[in-house]
Amino acid sequence: MQFGIFSVGDISPDPVSGRTQSEAERISNIVKVARRADEVGLDVFALGEHHNPPFVPSSPPAVLAHIAALTERIVLSTAVTLITTNDPVKIAEDYAMVQHLAKGRLDLMLGRGNTVPVYPWFGKDIRQGVPLALENYNLLHRLWREDVVDWEGQFRTPLQGFTSTPRPLDDVPPFVWHGSIRSPETAEQAAYYGNGFFANHILAPNFHFKPIVELYRRRYEHYGHGTAEQAIVGLGGMAFIAKRSQDAVSAYRPYFENYPLFRGSKLEDYMAATPMTVGSPQEVIDKALTWQEGFGDYQRQLFAVDSGGLPIEMALEQVELLGTEVVPVLRKEMAARRRPGIPDAPTHATLVKAKYGDAEPRQPRPNPNRGDNLSGTSPYQDSTPDVQAGFPAAF
Amino acid sequence: MAGAPRAAHAADHGQGGGELGMNDRPAPGGPVTLVIVNAGVSDPSSTRLLADRVAQKTIDALRAAGTTATVRSIDLGPLATDIAQGIVSGMLNAKVQSVMELLAGADAVIAATPVYKAAISGLFKSFVDLVDNDLLIARPVVLAATGGSARHAMVVDEHLRPLFAFLRALPMPTSLYATPEDWGSADLGKRITRAAQELSVLLRSGAGPQIADRNWGGYQHQFGGNATGAERSVDDVDFDTDLMRLATGGGAPVRKEGPRPDH
Repeated sequence: MQFGIFSVGDISPDPVSGRTQSEAERISNIVKVARRADEVGLDVFALGEHHNPPFVPSSPPAVLAHIAALTERIVLSTAVTLITTNDPVKIAEDYAMVQHLAKGRLDLMLGRGNTVPVYPWFGKDIRQGVPLALENYNLLHRLWREDVVDWEGQFRTPLQGFTSTPRPLDDVPPFVWHGSIRSPETAEQAAYYGNGFFANHILAPNFHFKPIVELYRRRYEHYGHGTAEQAIVGLGGMAFIAKRSQDAVSAYRPYFENYPLFRGSKLEDYMAATPMTVGSPQEVIDKALTWQEGFGDYQRQLFAVDSGGLPIEMALEQVELLGTEVVPVLRKEMAARRRPGIPDAPTHATLVKAKYGDAEPRQPRPNPNRGDNLSGTSPYQDSTPDVQAGFPAAF
Repeated sequence: MAGAPRAAHAADHGQGGGELGMNDRPAPGGPVTLVIVNAGVSDPSSTRLLADRVAQKTIDALRAAGTTATVRSIDLGPLATDIAQGIVSGMLNAKVQSVMELLAGADAVIAATPVYKAAISGLFKSFVDLVDNDLLIARPVVLAATGGSARHAMVVDEHLRPLFAFLRALPMPTSLYATPEDWGSADLGKRITRAAQELSVLLRSGAGPQIADRNWGGYQHQFGGNATGAERSVDDVDFDTDLMRLATGGGAPVRKEGPRPDH
């Protein structure tokens, strides 16, 4: 079971001090939060992607590559990577590169994105969001698994003889999670490919996402990847922790009341109705244990802890409390309750092992430049002879 | 996700002609459930009074034809802050969710709102803004409003009727509008009786459920929604669609045997 944090990288005025972080401060603080998460033994740090103020992470691969260089153990991920408005070719290239630099400590969570103007800004139609996401992932999946891809679809210029570089580390693609709040097609795609399914599990009633998680589980089994109980499920959650429950509530209340979506809601009501916990470590633990009970054994739990204008000192303290007071207990308790035969979330190491056993992983070495900046019809020295790139006839 | 009765699976959606559909209603013998949605906020409320009279006349008409009926009512006034919260937070709290389930299970709806500032009550519209687009498909509705003067009589037809047209509901031909002087007029009673008769005939015909059932797959739906026919589990979902084929690599979803493929 993996525990970690996810952040959308928003910049909001701190409702207590009135201060707004600069973009420079927020970027540097995101890195600080990730490093602290690594130091306190959290398993995952995931960063969102946004293309408009007041959010700062427009380029998660750059941030994650930097964090990779500063951390030791933590798995880096996204929350989410926009599979609609990004070119799947660029996703394949960027995240394979980060995967190399992070020495495999990278996976990816894909989602459609819900900021309406981002679609037109990137030349896409939001009404085509679902088919766009599905088709783009189909292509991404192939780009990371086939040295040479010929491809044609509805939404992107066709590819002939395309090789996405670098090939994934050890020729093992990053594990992919599909995030969705209401599209059964996304759950179906995750199940079909044997990928993970992530329910953000915030901003909605507790267990609201159970039906779609259950759908994914059943289809995962349908496609023969394992039993429904063994499907790879991740959940989000919001938490604000203090040693004493009443301190958590009084410290967090101004941040809650100023958060756009919570205006007019009462913190106590919201906590009772949703996965949010504001309280002592034990209260966070107790609520999270109900999710294992309700959703079944799952593989990844991410908490949102640094949004809504929380100052960096408080955000770091949250990470600290999560890593030292909450997660060690949850790890133990969830392991004790876990039914036998439930796999952990795949990591680079387990995927390499699954693909190669004890054999050496493939290390692709390109053939030389034949003079036109291409390496010929067979891109790698070990490419099988039947892999032939059919280049566009441009010259 | 409790509440509304549900019967069939998505396999029946859009196939047409199925005699047992997810919107199946009780036989003409009843009982049928009428649900009042009342945006009048005073107590007593003339808007609620109008809705109650429609309900009573409908029960009478149904009973005369051999159908029993029960009435449930949703008063929006006590839910005003919950409704507003739902709009801001994007989620329904338990109180609003439970009335939504009540509405989903209605065989017919009596919608009643006061006219404020030359339009339907904002509270009524805010509540409707939280209703799933497919919750009232082909559901018979009596449209009713109260106002301070006859000058706003067209609000029912110009505001309420398009709203329920958007929801693909079946508004009755007779719209009801009552001003203070109408309460002393026998004509209002006649119009109420007419609307109740229309509702009774339509309810007993079973036309609404037939329309919903035979075209269910043709409307847009949301997974996990509140509509009685909403997909809530793997058994409800139609996997034989273009999008589902795209989700599975573009080909037909064929079961793969053996161990999971490498990632």
